Amino acid sequence: MKTLVWVEHDGKAVKDATLAVVTAASQLGEVHLLVAGSGVDAVAKDAAQIAGVGKVHVADNAAFDHNLPENVAPLIAELMGSHDAFLAPATTTGKNIAPRVAALLDVMQISEILSVEGPKTFTRPIYAGNAIATVESSDTKLVLTVRGTAFDKAATSGGSGTIEAVSAGSDAGISSFVGAEIAKQDRPELTSAKIIVSGGRALGSSEKYQEVIVPLADKLNAALGASRAAVDAGYVPNDYQVGQTGKIVAPEVYFAIGISGAIQHLAGMKDSKTIVAINKDEDAPIFQVADFGLVADLFNAVPDLTAKI
Amino acid sequence: MKILVPVKRVLDYNVKPRVKADGTGVDLANVKMSMNPFDEIGVEEAIRLKEKGVATEIVAVSVGPAKAQETLRTALAMGADRAILVQTDDDVEPLALAKIFKAIADAEAPGLVILGKQAIDGDNNQTGQMLAALTGWAQGTFASAVNVEGDHVSVTREVDGGLETVKLKLPAIVTTDLRLNEPRYASLPNIMKAKSKPLDTKTPADYGVDTTPRVKTVKVSEPPVRSAGVKVADVDELVAKLKAMGVHS
Repeated sequence: MKTLVWVEHDGKAVKDATLAVVTAASQLGEVHLLVAGSGVDAVAKDAAQIAGVGKVHVADNAAFDHNLPENVAPLIAELMGSHDAFLAPATTTGKNIAPRVAALLDVMQISEILSVEGPKTFTRPIYAGNAIATVESSDTKLVLTVRGTAFDKAATSGGSGTIEAVSAGSDAGISSFVGAEIAKQDRPELTSAKIIVSGGRALGSSEKYQEVIVPLADKLNAALGASRAAVDAGYVPNDYQVGQTGKIVAPEVYFAIGISGAIQHLAGMKDSKTIVAINKDEDAPIFQVADFGLVADLFNAVPDLTAKI
Repeated sequence: MKILVPVKRVLDYNVKPRVKADGTGVDLANVKMSMNPFDEIGVEEAIRLKEKGVATEIVAVSVGPAKAQETLRTALAMGADRAILVQTDDDVEPLALAKIFKAIADAEAPGLVILGKQAIDGDNNQTGQMLAALTGWAQGTFASAVNVEGDHVSVTREVDGGLETVKLKLPAIVTTDLRLNEPRYASLPNIMKAKSKPLDTKTPADYGVDTTPRVKTVKVSEPPVRSAGVKVADVDELVAKLKAMGVHS
């Protein structure tokens, strides 16, 4: 089986999200990559180094900057004439593009796969991760999005892919990119961090989040996260949100601080290796999944922990 | 312009799903069902656009069993003008749903179709994007702000890393994220009024759509159970446990 993997990049380098997708694709067959955008030579070279990669298709066209699905999906659909499966990371970019590709190919997409069970059989979470479905496609071509935390990342070196230019595709002229507000974070990315420190509504304010959560994260070189309640209350930007409707994470250690543990939050972090919960309410559902639970007032316990660790 | 708002009847988000012992699915017998929360946001956004004078008519659509009528009545009580129920007892996949909505869009010629970004049962996050592909319209997914400006709509999208804004030619497809708005409650007089608003009943065959699943569910199982660990007495004990695991600054 020939697979085509969407390379997520920022114009300079391949993003980590791509690496888990390469691992999933290699379980299906030959791995080809697609790098789309203008001036992406460096990204393509980077991509060709990824272990296990065969061919790297490069579509160099300004129409593909900003990943507009109206322009990118027809390009992928065309390349799928010579591939059997299209895989994208289950990031907001992948989720935006892949279903558009699937519909152009008249196939059903399988979203957020957790494992490859057979050439057309996969597992995926449903009902916010409260059930795992094993599903089998009957379509001739596969379109899959891959949950990054469920697969190991492919090595970024050791590969010897061949780079090939693709001339297909153009600007559909129905959409344009206006601008972006990207939150600047001088710390590990949430979805790939080894340690995550997350705060919830119990913090009470944005100031307290900065005062209590950030120093602990700084000390552990951890990424910052938050529950939906903390995001909705405006303590932190929405891209901090861990949960069914935010980011799905699976770090080595996850600190849930002042987070009760609603199912929507658990859906985003319950695959973490070790969960540490600090909460004043000893009946909070978070303690049912925490490896280490501390029943204490977070405003005393967290600064104390930061000082002692 | 007209706005089309697809809504889905799903297991209420507060209910903990139970996997059936025979592994065929999640038990939906005698459990509370409600409108998918992302769809509620879609209905609310359509109503706000009507209140601003941008939209002239709101048509709510649902594909599902006879009971999905209740979901449509909820949309009508919130402020939708009329409803279409495409009745079927089959579990319809996003691709077939998108084909039904495409046929309805062809007939109704809406300026905007506003869908939820995903249903909280299947968690697919596909239908809006698929509908955009089939209609050939632009898509503004995961929207946290929608502004119609003449023959375009500008959509602020929630993306990994922050927000981005795209400008789309109308007609277009928008899918809602949670922060787009806070849906209103339907008042009792509006619930009463909704009972006399028009609701057409159709079938997938009326739109020439085959709803045979492309993806077969082999089995549904409980996720691996994570058991509670230990409660530590104080910060010192927690620090000791973390250091033993190799977590320290």
